[in-house]
Amino acid sequence: MTGVAIAGAAECDLGKTGRTILELQTQAVTRALDDAGLTLADVDGIATNGISRFSATQLADWLGLQPSWCDSTFAGGAVFEMYVARAAQAIAAGQCRTVVISYASDQRSARSRRLHAVYDEGTPEAEHEAPYRPMYPISYYAMVAQRYLHEHGLTRADLAGVAVAARERARRNPAAWTYGLGPLTADEVLAAPMISSPLGRLDCCLVTDGGGAIVMTSLDRARDLPKKPVEVLGYGEALTHTGMATAPDLLRTGAIDSGRRAFERAGLVPADVDVVQLYDSFTISVPLGLEALGFADPGAGLGATVPHNTGGGGLAYCHPGQLGVLLLVEAVRQLRGVCGDRQVPGARTALAHGTGGIFSSHATVILGVDR
Amino acid sequence: MRLQHCLGCGTCQHPLRPICVTCGRHRPDEVPAAGTGVVDSFTVVNRTGEPFVLARVRLTEGPIVLTHLTGIPDPRCDQPVRLVEGSDPPVFTGRKDTGSDDGL
Repeated sequence: MTGVAIAGAAECDLGKTGRTILELQTQAVTRALDDAGLTLADVDGIATNGISRFSATQLADWLGLQPSWCDSTFAGGAVFEMYVARAAQAIAAGQCRTVVISYASDQRSARSRRLHAVYDEGTPEAEHEAPYRPMYPISYYAMVAQRYLHEHGLTRADLAGVAVAARERARRNPAAWTYGLGPLTADEVLAAPMISSPLGRLDCCLVTDGGGAIVMTSLDRARDLPKKPVEVLGYGEALTHTGMATAPDLLRTGAIDSGRRAFERAGLVPADVDVVQLYDSFTISVPLGLEALGFADPGAGLGATVPHNTGGGGLAYCHPGQLGVLLLVEAVRQLRGVCGDRQVPGARTALAHGTGGIFSSHATVILGVDR
Repeated sequence: MRLQHCLGCGTCQHPLRPICVTCGRHRPDEVPAAGTGVVDSFTVVNRTGEPFVLARVRLTEGPIVLTHLTGIPDPRCDQPVRLVEGSDPPVFTGRKDTGSDDGL
């Protein structure tokens, strides 16, 4: 229990929007504030990235704010779950009162998605990995998948089921990129062009515009706001590597430690969680993540029964380069019970798990409805 | 291919660094790699041009390196490999698993 809550949550426009990052950011922030029953004048903390070199400052300037707290930690798509931890601490410490965590990308409209690695001069990766021309990040996930299939005696067809299930869930989410496309079959996943074996195009998350925002404040204050407060019960994180050759065991990701830390802080165990929002960058991320977080034994993640990625996830709903903030938005909506056809009945506890880079950074947030 | 061997704790590491990241000792010794290992995992990269096999090879000394596999039509995890002498950047090819380093 942190005494801090999420009071508002919203998406900006998703898909192919033709809008700029700052236009989408404005939508995300103002919609989340509307949802919370607050206004820009209430905001004294900002956490964001992906706008410019000084992203939080840039957004503050754009929105006419002079916040007393900011965070632009950059650690890939897991970072929004990290921002929740930082914001909870800042609010509890009295440094700020109302924090907006936001993100937006125009990568589909701007055609700015890169598939090659960008190497910073002077890093070991520039010297020892660049000559081998890996695709980034997919080649790393592909090697994880290859090892996973090898160790557990599984095949590509088994992994294809993850993409099929994601499409099925997106068919119940009108905001999803693949909503209305009809069901996906395992044969279609297997027949899609191979990119970095064993992962083909339909094993990969989408490339879309989109983003969202959440509004955090103290639980006491959130109780006086219009929507049911969603309390931050626990959080944890883990950083493990940047290089493709660093991790001693491809299948032992930082999600194990990140999840354990979050559960310890919340005083809960996986069986207490009603719904999981897990960063599904690639099909392999789902079974491995569910196992690491304690929802299935090693090798059994494909059979995990905990409801997860209810909106369709990065594979079928939206993937704007970093999915982390949208994991939180869907978790909040599930806990408010407003998810319509895709609602997990009676969901009271949710877990959001973000991953960044090449399984490089992990952050877990556990949320509960106030009672 | 160069590795570092730490006289303090006996660990081998790659890439080369000013300290041993296992025990913190400064300036571990530089040593040549034996040039043998096993495939930890691999992926066939279908990018522009000819597909190639990107792999993580777990060297006999312990460290893992990113590399290419060459001359292995059907690679598999845990397969023994050896360094292709004179290759730059270093790449690996198949070897018979005899439990020794006679692949070199």
